[in-house]
Amino acid sequence: MKIAGSLLLMLIAISGFVVVRTRNVTAQILALSFYGLILAVMFFFFQAPDVALSQIVVGAVALPLMVMLAIARMQNRDRLRERSRSRER
Amino acid sequence: MSAKCRLIVFCLSAIPFAIVYLAAAKNLPPWGHYRGPYGDVISSLSVYERHTTDVVNAIDYDYRGFDTLGEEYILFASVLGVMLLLRDPNPKSGTADEGQGLSKTVKFGSAACFGLLLIFGFYICTHGQLTPGGGFQGGVIIATAFMLIYIAENLKSFKAITSHPLMEALEALGAGLYAVTGVSALLVGAPFLTNWLPLGTAGDVFSSGTIAVISASVGLEVAAGFILLSYTYLEDIISGGGKVS
Amino acid sequence: MIAFNLIPYAVAAWIFLCGLYGIITSKHLVHTVISLAIMQTSTYILLLAIGYRWNAVAPVFADISPGAVTVDPVVQALMLTDVVVEATVVALLLAMVVKVHEKAGTLSPDDLKVMRG
Repeated sequence: MKIAGSLLLMLIAISGFVVVRTRNVTAQILALSFYGLILAVMFFFFQAPDVALSQIVVGAVALPLMVMLAIARMQNRDRLRERSRSRER
Repeated sequence: MSAKCRLIVFCLSAIPFAIVYLAAAKNLPPWGHYRGPYGDVISSLSVYERHTTDVVNAIDYDYRGFDTLGEEYILFASVLGVMLLLRDPNPKSGTADEGQGLSKTVKFGSAACFGLLLIFGFYICTHGQLTPGGGFQGGVIIATAFMLIYIAENLKSFKAITSHPLMEALEALGAGLYAVTGVSALLVGAPFLTNWLPLGTAGDVFSSGTIAVISASVGLEVAAGFILLSYTYLEDIISGGGKVS
Repeated sequence: MIAFNLIPYAVAAWIFLCGLYGIITSKHLVHTVISLAIMQTSTYILLLAIGYRWNAVAPVFADISPGAVTVDPVVQALMLTDVVVEATVVALLLAMVVKVHEKAGTLSPDDLKVMRG
């Protein structure tokens, strides 16, 4: 039990560092989702099922979803800007 | 400040922070030996006082319900802020052409999962007083179900459902129902947000008074709020191009 | 051992400092927002570690008797609010990032140092 808990915490520390060091934003979304899932597993280990449900639903689904939607919207604007600029030329 | 300068300042201040923090953490209860009295008191009393089997939701919606009222209004204000910032003042009608061409398996699978997710979300919303879950978790699950329609590339249906003014009305209804439940306690003669409905038997769906009502209203507000959020982010892409400033 | 009892608190401080490092050395505004979300998760680990008991059960009495030894439910109620606030803060910050991209065309914090009216 104690060893499993300590290993989970080490995995969380490593995951957190990896998320921050990923520079490509699209790859960082996947790392964030994985980090959210590992946090939820740790919450289950700490006997907190309510919080684990919240964390799965927010940190592994809703948060990466919102970041993806924001990036999609910005890329759409970029593409429109390129198209209108090339049309002017 | 240049980037290197910032990094040096960070390193110089992180080390004293870590030392002081660990010296303070020595006085916290050691890992696994929780001391304090309140958790034990609430755990042993809450089943008898409120006829609910999920103590965390009883604390959230009853003992400490006022904080959750504020938290739901934080969510409401944030959705309002996003809509104010990102809504197009001249919305275009018409939808973009249906693009990428996902395989039929993905489209069929997403459509099949929609009903399942919706029912599961309702189950979690309404059983907040019995099992882990509650309004917020169920609400976000319902909102994710609606995102599946977009992923299955059914843009017309997605736009028709999520841009309907009923969504904004539902979100306001969910947020207002929480406050109305609190005010209704004042009308009965008890302080704000008292649990005054009949408590029922612990373990039934219709038990624990206002906890079930508040859980359902929070679920409604959160579901509608997240659906509005996702439509606001996607409005540009769905109507086939936005204004380029 | 003292070190074993401090492991979750040390991990909470490490995650906090990782998030802060990400914000300081960020070259993309969305990367900054995600690092802020990582900083917010450090408080979950700290709060949960305070309320934990070895060999105790979850505070849900659907199938156990109400006299059982459970972990602390008050801290878990605090964390539920924490998770909701994280989601809302990130949503609003991302809306602001989208607006910055619309107006300025760039997402690098080093290019956005001057405030323009």
